[in-house]
Amino acid sequence: MTEKKKGRGKRIVSVVIGLVVIVAVLALLQRLVMPKYMGDVKEGALIGEYYDEEKDFDVVFIGDCEVYENFVPATLWENYGINSYIRGSAQQLIWQSYYLMEETLQYEKPDVIVFNVLSLQYNEPQKEAYNRMTIDGMRWSTSKVGCIQASMLESESFIEYVFPLLRYHDRWSELEPEDFKYILGAEKVGHNGYYMQVGVVPVEYIPEGKILGDYSFGDNAWSYLDKMVALCEENDVELVLIKAPSLYPEWYEEWDVQVEEYAEAHNLKYINFLEHTEEIGLDFSTDTYDAGLHLNLYGAVKLTDYFGAWLVEECGLEDRRGEEELSNAWEVKLECFYNQKEELEALKEEEF
Amino acid sequence: MLFTSYRFLAFILGLFLLYYVVPKKCQWPLLLVASYIFYAFAGWECLVFIGATTLTTYGAGLLIDQNHARQKNYLAEHKADLSKEEKKAYKEKQKNKRFALMVVCLVFNFGILAVLKYTNFVIANINGVLQMTGSENMLSFRNLLLPLGISFYTFQSMGYLIDIHRGKYSAQKNVFKFALFVSFFPQLIQGPISRYDDLEKGLFGQHAFDWQTVSFGLQRILWGFFKKLVIADRMLIGVNALIGDTDTYTGFYVFLGMLFYALQLYADFTGGIDITIGIAQVLGIPMQENFNRPYFSKGIKEYWRRWHISLGSWFTDYLFYPISVCKPMLKVSKFSRKVLGEKIGKRVPVYAASIAVWFVTGIWHGAAWNFVVWGLGNCFFIMLSQECEPLYEKFHARFAVKDKMWFKAFQIGRTFLLMCSLRMLDCYRDVPMTFRMFSSMFTDWNIGEAVTVGMWNLGLGVHDYVVLAAGTVILFTVSMVGRRGSVREMLAKKPAFVSIAVFGALFIATVLFGAYGMGYDASQFIYNQF
Repeated sequence: MTEKKKGRGKRIVSVVIGLVVIVAVLALLQRLVMPKYMGDVKEGALIGEYYDEEKDFDVVFIGDCEVYENFVPATLWENYGINSYIRGSAQQLIWQSYYLMEETLQYEKPDVIVFNVLSLQYNEPQKEAYNRMTIDGMRWSTSKVGCIQASMLESESFIEYVFPLLRYHDRWSELEPEDFKYILGAEKVGHNGYYMQVGVVPVEYIPEGKILGDYSFGDNAWSYLDKMVALCEENDVELVLIKAPSLYPEWYEEWDVQVEEYAEAHNLKYINFLEHTEEIGLDFSTDTYDAGLHLNLYGAVKLTDYFGAWLVEECGLEDRRGEEELSNAWEVKLECFYNQKEELEALKEEEF
Repeated sequence: MLFTSYRFLAFILGLFLLYYVVPKKCQWPLLLVASYIFYAFAGWECLVFIGATTLTTYGAGLLIDQNHARQKNYLAEHKADLSKEEKKAYKEKQKNKRFALMVVCLVFNFGILAVLKYTNFVIANINGVLQMTGSENMLSFRNLLLPLGISFYTFQSMGYLIDIHRGKYSAQKNVFKFALFVSFFPQLIQGPISRYDDLEKGLFGQHAFDWQTVSFGLQRILWGFFKKLVIADRMLIGVNALIGDTDTYTGFYVFLGMLFYALQLYADFTGGIDITIGIAQVLGIPMQENFNRPYFSKGIKEYWRRWHISLGSWFTDYLFYPISVCKPMLKVSKFSRKVLGEKIGKRVPVYAASIAVWFVTGIWHGAAWNFVVWGLGNCFFIMLSQECEPLYEKFHARFAVKDKMWFKAFQIGRTFLLMCSLRMLDCYRDVPMTFRMFSSMFTDWNIGEAVTVGMWNLGLGVHDYVVLAAGTVILFTVSMVGRRGSVREMLAKKPAFVSIAVFGALFIATVLFGAYGMGYDASQFIYNQF
């Protein structure tokens, strides 16, 4: 081999090694600057946790905070042997729910998908921060691409979802110890997607809803509900529409009528829990941690228990507590669930 | 399409790939298509204006060129038939025809520029006069489109036309090739204002992929992005804060703003030019440099030879010399020598041409009086330094400090501060306000408050200052090293891992510390506005 060829070979090797090192550094920096959602705002970590699960759920909840704060899969398992998971994140918009549904159906075919209808009120993308909480946690798939395209605000760029470093690069100046601690992976936040809150802030005042010029849901929002219906039909999954019993933001009567009519027209089950608070036994002086916006664990357990009975009765779900492997998996999950409950309650006592 | 947008990056990446994949003879047509696509992003209506300039200049250039050829042939054919006087008369007639063609084209194209760029300036001045006379009838401003890069492509095209008229080179016969010369996208929005004979070979030649050239081009682009995103756009936050509140930010803040703006403008403009020249280099097209470390200049004249070189040389070649040697000016020269004496009289045409050039330079930068005053201010200091030349000589004959390092540093510092002071007119965009702010530097002693409190409330945190300081040190170091030759060539001679490490670090620094994306307004390059 001539000296010239050797020199060229060495150069090529150097370039390749150099590029690999640069890419590795960039990848590491990306992990470093991306929000870990391990501080005060933990909701952004929920979506990504689904991929670690054994995907064999009977019920999958899809929606915004009204699902991941108000329904407890642990209760469904303990009381009814229903294996469930919540795919929800903060202000999850209806098209994001649709794409999460589409992605979920690529992995599994649950018996029932429960969709919380509050997000029908939004016809357009809202806030980038919330988009990120839903989308950043998703694995790459055509569903994620669709979700990004449907969710992007004008000021956002697709490339910044592909390379989040381009979006979060400026966080280098505000890095916190948690960014270094969780650089290779975050702690688990949810319990099958449920985000536990044990605080109690009683309802003292319910803000009155603003008078709207037009109570009709937007075409875009409806179109995604249509897509959800079609998708569930294609996959032979029962779609159940719900409205969680959050006292505000206002769920207008006019909105409820539209959903009821839609459900009837499409032969869907719809349950507005706001109309069943007494049957459920909700006490808004003890069962909410933020004065009626979301339920705390105690309220969520009551609601879930009520809904579990409804699911068994209306959807014919079977008790799976006899399945050994699943029971073992739930044993571990329940231990984790009650440990956190104890920890949070102890913390609450301390604060009190 | 901003140079710093993801769309532009995707655009040039796609172009680079295509450029070396298509048959070589298709390279220049591809560039033409790409340039027009790029331009169309500024608005379809803009294409009409650049199209008009292209077609009229192409046509006039061709007619002038044909006239040159016809004259040559005619004189050759009738060499024996014509008397000396007849030849002279024929030449004169043809010359007048060519001159008329050129003038019509110049008037048309500069007319477009003048109407679109200066109509509202004229209206504002007329309204000012009307207001002074107590009139209540004001003219309303016009909502005129200012096509992207109109000043640049108009000057470049008119330079070509004048060169054809002068017989410097032949006109381009292919209208599409000429269209590419006018619209070549990297230089379209902020220059450099290229000469046809400099660009022709590179633009229409066939280019094989050459790793060295392409990697040098990419390195230059990266360096441009570093300057623009890490330094200029971060500094912009502080500059905007300082300029935006003239009640609060007086005294030392004005000085601070002056320095910040000097750095921002330099990083912004040279960064843009680096990206332009880098893109051209990746395409195998050499392009003239537009800067030569201007902040190391020891005098204002030298500074203007090193800052925006292509604009300065355009004005020198196409305005200063024609005015200096035109017939009326020769008459003025003769008259002034007679009246004022040889020594002073011979300077009159030079100074008259200089004033005209600097007036136009000022107004070229913006349709406002602050730019006119800025231009004439530069002219004043250049003349002053020329007039002081004998004094300097006497000083240097008495004190041997000319070659001392500290004296050179003093000259550089003096020139830098003088240029910064003049540039305040560009910052505040209001002549009385600029003078008020300038004088506050000597009357409002608030350095303590500015350093301890004020400069931390400009929207820049400690981390921003650290990045800016580090970026400036890198900029300064590269400039110093660059005096010995091309930094990229120096690095290329070192083992491969050295240049990979350097440019890898530069890339990572740009990605991490650049002021881009959400939270930052996409800042246009300052020279886009011209």
